[in-house]
Amino acid sequence: MAIRERLSGNEAVAYAIKQINPDVMPAFPITPSTEIPQYVANYIANGEVDTEFIHVESEHSAMSAALGASAAGARTLTATSSCGMALMWEELYVAASDRLPIVLALVNRALTGPININADHSDSMGARDAGWIQIYAESNQEVYDNFLQAFPIAEHKDVRLPIMICQDGFITSHGVENILLTEDEKVKELVGEYCPEHYLLNTKEPMAVGPYAVSNYYMETKRAQRQAMLNAKKVILEVAAKYEALTGRKYGFFESYCMEDAEYAIVIIGSAAGTCKAAINKIRETTGKKVGLVKIRVFRPFPEEELAEALKGMKAIAVMDRSEMFSATSGPLGAEVRAALYSAKSQAELVNYFYGLGGRDITVEDFEQVYERLENIAETHEIPDMYDYIGLRSKGEEK
Amino acid sequence: MKAIDINEKSPWQDITEGNKIYEPATSRNFCTGEWRTSTPVMNWEKCKQCLLCAPVCPDSSIPVCEGKRQEFDYDHCKGCGICVKVCPFGAITMKEGK
Repeated sequence: MAIRERLSGNEAVAYAIKQINPDVMPAFPITPSTEIPQYVANYIANGEVDTEFIHVESEHSAMSAALGASAAGARTLTATSSCGMALMWEELYVAASDRLPIVLALVNRALTGPININADHSDSMGARDAGWIQIYAESNQEVYDNFLQAFPIAEHKDVRLPIMICQDGFITSHGVENILLTEDEKVKELVGEYCPEHYLLNTKEPMAVGPYAVSNYYMETKRAQRQAMLNAKKVILEVAAKYEALTGRKYGFFESYCMEDAEYAIVIIGSAAGTCKAAINKIRETTGKKVGLVKIRVFRPFPEEELAEALKGMKAIAVMDRSEMFSATSGPLGAEVRAALYSAKSQAELVNYFYGLGGRDITVEDFEQVYERLENIAETHEIPDMYDYIGLRSKGEEK
Repeated sequence: MKAIDINEKSPWQDITEGNKIYEPATSRNFCTGEWRTSTPVMNWEKCKQCLLCAPVCPDSSIPVCEGKRQEFDYDHCKGCGICVKVCPFGAITMKEGK
């Protein structure tokens, strides 16, 4: 039987780490992810795991140590947020191109500046091109379940890519929720022992990791890396199916909520999906209007065709971004979804709204208004605001 | 796939994962001496076999055998000229080109 508990998102991730008992964890504290290495340090001090914890002097060193440990053949992870990830920037790309299956527990927080410690996706979205698999969560349960699936995905021989398991800072990381924990033996069955084929500590096979690649090799190397990301799509679904068989909890590239008959859809990532679902329930109960939600779980690799299929036949779609990318047009999710729909020759009207930047709350009423706007756009075929901010204080028009 | 079998004509499918090299000493196969624009040349009559040159060579391109330096390993010498500077007897000179 699954274990009933109530845990914060950070506690849930730390508990998953305890169950996995990885080999090496280099980490440096940063709000709001600090608790994760803190809890793991407790587990180590109590003798509950035999993970080697490396006290580093910065996140640059944390990810550098993770590269070395992973290349040496150790199952390796770290945790960070915001500027901590920014300081890992160089090593993020190295982890991906060296094909090292490192797991990063990322607690999403706004990048400075202005300095801010609250939920915002600018950290992971900024790193979306680094070559890491990215999986996001709405709830504590989801971040726990995603974390347990991380190593089997990353270490799969057809993938061997680093993976970030993302959750919204404070909203899930510090919010305590009821949670179902998977039994230790089932976790062991899923995650198994890590036996890499090639590793630096193998004295029988001297090897080199990360050699210089001149222009005659760089492009071929990147194409091979792309293949790993393509392969990851299949592996992510296989691991999800295995996890469902063990726990009964089902995961895919995204969750479709009330999409069977929907005409107006919101596409969103992370914890705000819960608020959106509450709005959907309210609208459907009171007006019967056909509103739905697609909550992206896997952002890298991006499930382009599957998402276009899920959004087929929509009259109007609002893509909601929790980070700016200052293209002066879309946010990162908005750009991806629009590209996916263009390839699928979709005729749906599409708007892209920014919400929740720097931890700004978004309410059920906000989502109700978004659905109203979608309905107006579908009726008039006029889009007054292609790109807009939800909950922004403004004196008026500034286009 | 052996490192020697991977070259500038290899398709991307034949590149090892993350360019990892699963064997030692593959730098022997890679003639970095091609990068050279000027070349050290020995005047063996002036050489006293003092061996000051061999340890300062950053490319290990001055082989030593039974206490005596041998001819340059031109496959790997990049022509930096440090050996010329360190030689007290003027036994090594740089010539233009390869």
